[in-house]
This record gives sequence, structure tokens and C-alpha cells, in this order.
Amino acid sequence: MGFISRGFRGKRRDTADSGRLPPGQYLVNDYPVLSAGPTPRPNLDTWTFSIEGEIDTPKKWTWQEFLALPAETVTKDIHCVTKWSKFDTTWKGVSFDTLFEGVETAAEYTTQFSDGDYTTNLPLEDLVDGKAWIVYEYNGEPLHPEHGGPARMLVPHLYFWKSAKWIRGVRLDKEQQPGFWETNGYNNYGDPWREQRYWGD
Amino acid sequence: MILGASSVTGEISLNPHEVRAFGVTSRGPLLWTQAELVELVHETPRVASLLFNVPDWPGHLPGQHVDIRLTAEDGYQAERSYSIASPPEERSVALTVERLDDGEVSPYLVGELRVGDKLELRGPIGGHFVWRAGDDRPLLLVAGGSGVVPLMAMLRHRAAASHKTSARLLFSSRTFADIIYREELDRLAAASDGLTIFHTLTRDTPQGWTGFTRRIDAAMIQQVAWPKEQTPAVFVCGPTPFVEAAADLLVGVGYDPLWVKTERFGATGASGG
Repeated sequence: MGFISRGFRGKRRDTADSGRLPPGQYLVNDYPVLSAGPTPRPNLDTWTFSIEGEIDTPKKWTWQEFLALPAETVTKDIHCVTKWSKFDTTWKGVSFDTLFEGVETAAEYTTQFSDGDYTTNLPLEDLVDGKAWIVYEYNGEPLHPEHGGPARMLVPHLYFWKSAKWIRGVRLDKEQQPGFWETNGYNNYGDPWREQRYWGD
Repeated sequence: MILGASSVTGEISLNPHEVRAFGVTSRGPLLWTQAELVELVHETPRVASLLFNVPDWPGHLPGQHVDIRLTAEDGYQAERSYSIASPPEERSVALTVERLDDGEVSPYLVGELRVGDKLELRGPIGGHFVWRAGDDRPLLLVAGGSGVVPLMAMLRHRAAASHKTSARLLFSSRTFADIIYREELDRLAAASDGLTIFHTLTRDTPQGWTGFTRRIDAAMIQQVAWPKEQTPAVFVCGPTPFVEAAADLLVGVGYDPLWVKTERFGATGASGG
């Protein structure tokens, strides 16, 4: 500290909200988009979601089977590594606790994989106990392709790139395997409250 | 372990902070450093280039960005990311910033900051949206407005390289006066070294304008894009609706989505910063 930007005042935000904003983030009301390539538009007739890797019997759901799973509606704050945060976003989808029911594994890590060849890695413990969902509705509407529809991850306690769009499955890994952004300079874990944006943060 | 709705995961032992980068060179934390503004160039009425002297700058690749941090007297801070406009060959680090009237940081950078002032900066950041002059594939750059900034770093890098791959830039601006880097782009194209630049203006066109006069569409992409058989390297940058449209059109002419690297700013029809 100690450095002052001459002449900078900044736009003060509602101070009641300041405790909800992680360091270095700013609040937006719109919904920015970030992705590395063109938006995939998968065919729902052939869409599946699977759990594979370190698991005796891999699990797989079709789109219709997935929609039939018990769903939850959750309202969460989300934080993008590109600095925007958005409060009170409402999603509907399936908790990973539901998806993992009865699954036995020696894995401690996971890799999410998506259409468009996107991957991101997470410790398994960050997916369970009500911390992560596969969501297919945003604000009561089907999830728009730009924002990851038909279905995306929602892991709101980590930077939002960990919430993979266009999700197609989770691989259970014994070893941690950095995903797409994680091999491109971004942090392996991505806790916004510790500002873990980049390698070495 | 057994996972279920009520599983207890306390038995997992792991260190989530451990950074293990596979197949890439790992390096230490990106530290904040004080960068001094050494030159300010007004590019258009709303856009300025800021050249910084950054002590111990480690170098960068065209397409990478930096984070900047501003601190008010009472300790309030704001951080934003900006693409680097300068090529690796230059000593100073140039950012080109569009002033957003409702923004928090851009009106400070374009309006308040003066030569000799400092700000805190760290970088370079990003390993996906980058291009090296050694890449032999034909290069296709598609820019909307200030999305041209990281692509300009690529064109400047290409201009400095001894071997120049064929390159095309399709650049969409609102009006003639809004064309960022217009004169420099004219000079780069006039070098006749394999670079062709296509402009399109979406609002006003001056008399005698010979470029396109509409939003990008299938016919324009068809005319400008390299044939898919040439497997080009493609970079698209701009506001989200522009990038969505351009990337979809490129996939529509048969490009493999994996050839097309995108960088977007702002929401669906709005902007941040």
C-alpha cells in the first residue's frame, strides 16, 4: 500500500454491499460474456452428461433424463476473474450431491469437460455439500447459449471460469490436471476472496 | 470415499493452493509494479493510447493483457484489465483505452491521467488469445471498435518480423472518425507485404468511402475470410454481440471452431469498465 493514484476518486458503490464484493471486483447489473471461442450449439437429442474416470460404473444421463432429476432453484453472487461481480443471480438445476449419490471413488480431483473442448479442474470437495450445480435455467428462462446453455456448471464460491459452460461431463481424477485457463496463466483454484486470479496468486 | 447428499468430505486432504502447471513454464506471482505514463496519444475523440514505462517488464506476447489498479486517497481501489497494444519489440507498454461515460476507470485513464503520473500494473496475462510471428498459417483478424487493440499488437509484431505470414484485418467501426489507429493501419497496408485491411462503417460514411458500409454479415465474411482449406489462425475481438456474430459466421463458412479464438468485452449489448 501507500501508492495513491493522483486525482482518482472512483465511483462509490452502496456500502451495504461492499462486504459482498471480493477484492478487486466491481458490481455490474448486466451480464457480461466470456468465452474462448465460438458458441457451441449442441443437439439436445444426442446431448448427454456423464461422470467418468475414477469410478467403477460411469454414469450417464440424456437430456430428458437430466431434466427429470430432482432440481433446485438457488440464488447466488457470481464473480468473474475479469473483475465483474453480479449479485443475486437465480438458477435452476441439479446439485452435484444428487449427481454423485452412491458414487464411490478414490479421486480427490475433477475435470469438467464441455463442448468446444473446454476443460476446467476442481478439487472434488468443491463440488459437494451444496457447493455446485449443473444449471439449465437462468432467471426462470432456459439458459441462453452465450451463457453456457443448454447446461453449465455453477460453482459460485470460485471465480466463474470454474463454472464451465456447455458442460458435458465430469471426470474424476486421482491427480490434479490443470484445465484450459489453468494452463493459460490462470490460477489452479481461483478463490475470489483470496484474489487467486493468476498463477502464483 | 463415498459421495452422497450428506457426505462428509473432511477426510479429503489436498492443498488447493498448490500450483502445478503441466506442459508450460511456471513462474512466480505477478507482482504489482508502478508504471509511469510517458506518452498520451489521442486516437479518436473517445479513445487514447497510453504508453507506460514499466520497470523490469518481462516482455509479452501480442494479444496478452495487463491488470491495472487505481487507489484513491482513502484506500478505495478499482481494478480493470486492458489489452496491450504495443508489440513485444517495443520498450514501453502501450494500452489503448476507450472512454466509457458511465465507467469508473476509463474516464480516469482517458481524461485525468497525465504524463508523469503513475499507476499500478501487473502482467502480462493470458496464454490463449496470443499470436506469434512464427505461426505460418494465414492470419485473419476481425475487430469491432476497441476490440482492435490486441489485434494491433499482432499487426505491429508482424510488421517487425522478418518473415511475414499473409494477414487480413476486417475492422468494424461506427464512423470514419471512430476508426482507431486509422493512419497507422493505412501505413501498414501500404507496405504491400501481404497485409490487406478491410474497413466497414456501421453508421456514417464519408463521401468517396470505398469500404463496406454495414454490420458484418455472411457476404462480407465470405469475401474477406481465407478459404477454409488454408486453415487460418483467427482472432476475433470486440463487444459481445459483434464477437458472437463474427464467430458464428466464421463457423458458418466451414472454419473449425478451434481455429477461432475470441475475446469479448461487455454484456449482451452493454459494456462495463
